[in-house]
Amino acid sequence: MLAFILRRVMQSVVVLFVMSLIVFSMINLVGDPVDMLVNPESLPEEIDRVRRDFGLDQPAYVQYWKFLTGALSGDLGNSFIFGRPALALMAERFPATLELATSALIIAVMVGLPLGIYAGLRPNGWGTRIIMGGSVLGISVPTFWLGLMMIIVFSVILGWLPVSGRGETAVFLGIESSLFTLDGLKHLILPATNLALFKIAMVIRLTRAGTEEVMAQDYIKFARAKGLSSKRIVRAHLLPNILIPIITVLGIEFGTLIAFATVTESIFAWPGLGKLVIDAIVNLDRPIVVAYLLFVVALFLVLNLVVDIIYAVLDPRVRLQGEGG
Amino acid sequence: MTIRTTIGMLAFVAAGVCLTGGPVSAQNLKVALAAEPTSMDPHYQNLTINNSMATQVYDALVLQDVNQKLVPGLAQSWKPVNDTTWEFKLRSGVTFHNGATFTAEDVVATMQRAANVPNSPSSFATFIKGKSFEIVDDLTLRISTEKPYPFTPNDMSRVAIIDSAFVNATTEDFNTGAASFGTGPFTLAKWLPGDVIELARNDGYWGATSEWDNVIVRPIGDGTTRSAALIAGDVDFIERVGPADLPNLESREGISVFKSVSNRLLYITLHLTDDRIRPFVTDHEGNNIASPFQDIRVRKAVSLAINRKAIADRVMDGLSEPAGQFSPEGYIGYSVNLKPDEYDPDSAKELLAEAGFADGFKLTVHGPAGRYSNDTRILEAIAQMLSRIGIDTTVETMPASVFFKRFARGGPDKTPEFTVAMSGYANGSGEPSHPLRIFIHTKQKERGYGPGNRNGYSNAKVDGLIENGRASMDITIGEKAFIEATEIAMQEYALVPIHHEIATWAARDGIAYQHGALDSTFIHNIRSK
Repeated sequence: MLAFILRRVMQSVVVLFVMSLIVFSMINLVGDPVDMLVNPESLPEEIDRVRRDFGLDQPAYVQYWKFLTGALSGDLGNSFIFGRPALALMAERFPATLELATSALIIAVMVGLPLGIYAGLRPNGWGTRIIMGGSVLGISVPTFWLGLMMIIVFSVILGWLPVSGRGETAVFLGIESSLFTLDGLKHLILPATNLALFKIAMVIRLTRAGTEEVMAQDYIKFARAKGLSSKRIVRAHLLPNILIPIITVLGIEFGTLIAFATVTESIFAWPGLGKLVIDAIVNLDRPIVVAYLLFVVALFLVLNLVVDIIYAVLDPRVRLQGEGG
Repeated sequence: MTIRTTIGMLAFVAAGVCLTGGPVSAQNLKVALAAEPTSMDPHYQNLTINNSMATQVYDALVLQDVNQKLVPGLAQSWKPVNDTTWEFKLRSGVTFHNGATFTAEDVVATMQRAANVPNSPSSFATFIKGKSFEIVDDLTLRISTEKPYPFTPNDMSRVAIIDSAFVNATTEDFNTGAASFGTGPFTLAKWLPGDVIELARNDGYWGATSEWDNVIVRPIGDGTTRSAALIAGDVDFIERVGPADLPNLESREGISVFKSVSNRLLYITLHLTDDRIRPFVTDHEGNNIASPFQDIRVRKAVSLAINRKAIADRVMDGLSEPAGQFSPEGYIGYSVNLKPDEYDPDSAKELLAEAGFADGFKLTVHGPAGRYSNDTRILEAIAQMLSRIGIDTTVETMPASVFFKRFARGGPDKTPEFTVAMSGYANGSGEPSHPLRIFIHTKQKERGYGPGNRNGYSNAKVDGLIENGRASMDITIGEKAFIEATEIAMQEYALVPIHHEIATWAARDGIAYQHGALDSTFIHNIRSK
């Protein structure tokens, strides 16, 4: 196991390096940040000063070398717009995105798993038809439209929940989060559900497929023959077996929740990473864009590794490559 | 975006069944803005949203009213004492939020800091360089320039005054609140980037104090969400109502909408230089030709072919005012003699024929996408209108970040790349020569003239008027020269004005907003009725 992890870490470093090269060269092809930064009413020497101060007067390979040496010492450069370290800015916004993504994932599992099992156990029931129909909607209707509809229904018409923003936060066990206040939770419900909808639909479909497959297996028939109750069969025999593929997929999906919550964050004015990176792209804040993309790559590398490990732990038949051949 | 706004509109129609109401709390005001400042350091970046937020916490020597007329701020009066020197009489008895007394010392310290903020993406040095500051006494300050310069008071309206104790404070100190002590109507209570800005009333303000104890400002970038937040009562006041949401908000009980013609101009530039061939313009066989726009008749034909009223009605949902010059009516530098060209395709065709283009030509026009309100749709409409008079026009739009680079220097030798392009402009300085210096004067980089003159327009008489006006300490003499220069340049179609955008705000009943030609939001202008 250790050898496997080591090898994967080394591969990850190579991937990160290649990614940094690609991202850096691509972003240098797009526009000129100075046009987006300097107020057009400024004197011409101001444009030259900004170009010099931000190192944009240097050739791209010099800029990349500076970036690389900085990155090795943990410095991904300063945001052009905010004048502060890109990593610090991202670290500030990360908790908000993390709590949104975590809540969405929890909602997706809590709702999707029971519904999926139900649908798998009663493939022809009318309840199943409703659930599966709903899941088609969840997958095919665009997030921003659902988000707006949720705002209209729950905030504007019913007035139950706030329209946007992150609400109050509180510190609990050293973590500052809006999960720990009532106001914070109220603000969280709509965006988290909005972000979760697509994933709920996906969990339902995965669970249903898994359930149908497992229920046809001989060991389930045997358990039935032994006279076990349905509850016990679902809990002891069905769940552990369908969970494995679901966990694999959800691990990666958690990454996409964090990395691509942008649309939901924009609609609900959620002060997370997504808003930061959208503004950075629009305004050509190159350091932020590069740092963010590298962060996303690293996130997926780590999640993949963790998923592989969990997979091995859950399913004793799985052996990881490099683990004693 | 189109689908998006349409959906937003439908959604609000659906929501129309519910009524909103409830009294406005007299103590607290909640405001949703479309963007948020990049810093709370008033000297960090010369950016509209930063500057308008800075006016809540800080004052400048000279203030601008909603139409950018100069009014006394921390200076009670100012006058030229000789050809190169302005004297400012400062307001007495003003204290900063931390209790320090305001004197001329603070102004000098401010200028020293504001011109030299490290890592500034757009510095205020533009307003400070070339001026020397002399303290006569605690409340008298002289500012001199090498040559006569009438716009020192305008420049001084751009720089927020800080307490001299913080001359060496970092941008971070201002962001965290450690140094953010101004003299303005509000104190900065808290800033959580991306989330909230909290302001508290400054009871010791030298002007009229605000009636709000606290103001909570939230950035909500999405227009439909912003309107929903107002309808749901989450906020009391919003800026930039989405055009699709506007009819609904206007007809809704309990909500008032404020509109005014802003100084944000959308214009088209037509390339004038005598290059043998220009890119993006060809004859009908596809061979590149020289710019047809060197001929004033072709430029005029373009302007006459554009149906500005139709653009205002159909593309902008009524949120634009046809323009014939840089300034909207009633604004500095406005000429009563210039009217927007009326739509006249027949005359346009005749003019084209007279200029030798009876069969027209082929053209590609360029513009930014998503930078200005409905920019892509406006350009598409214009392309259709031009095609109608025989100029076979195609549209190419791109993200602003790509557009502005190519617009400024995408061509060979870093020359402007496009032959015909659409862009926007808003005068931030409040001085009438500003657009003339930027767009109309012959390009002379080292003298700071014509940085936005992309099409090569050059008229010695106009240049002379601009330069003479800028050399007279008597601004009334200057204004006449600027208006004359504007009239000549517009009659020669140095650029083709399309329209001024109409700025919008909305609030719950019981709130009044004093608004003018500036499309940014000034919280101290939000009052209860």
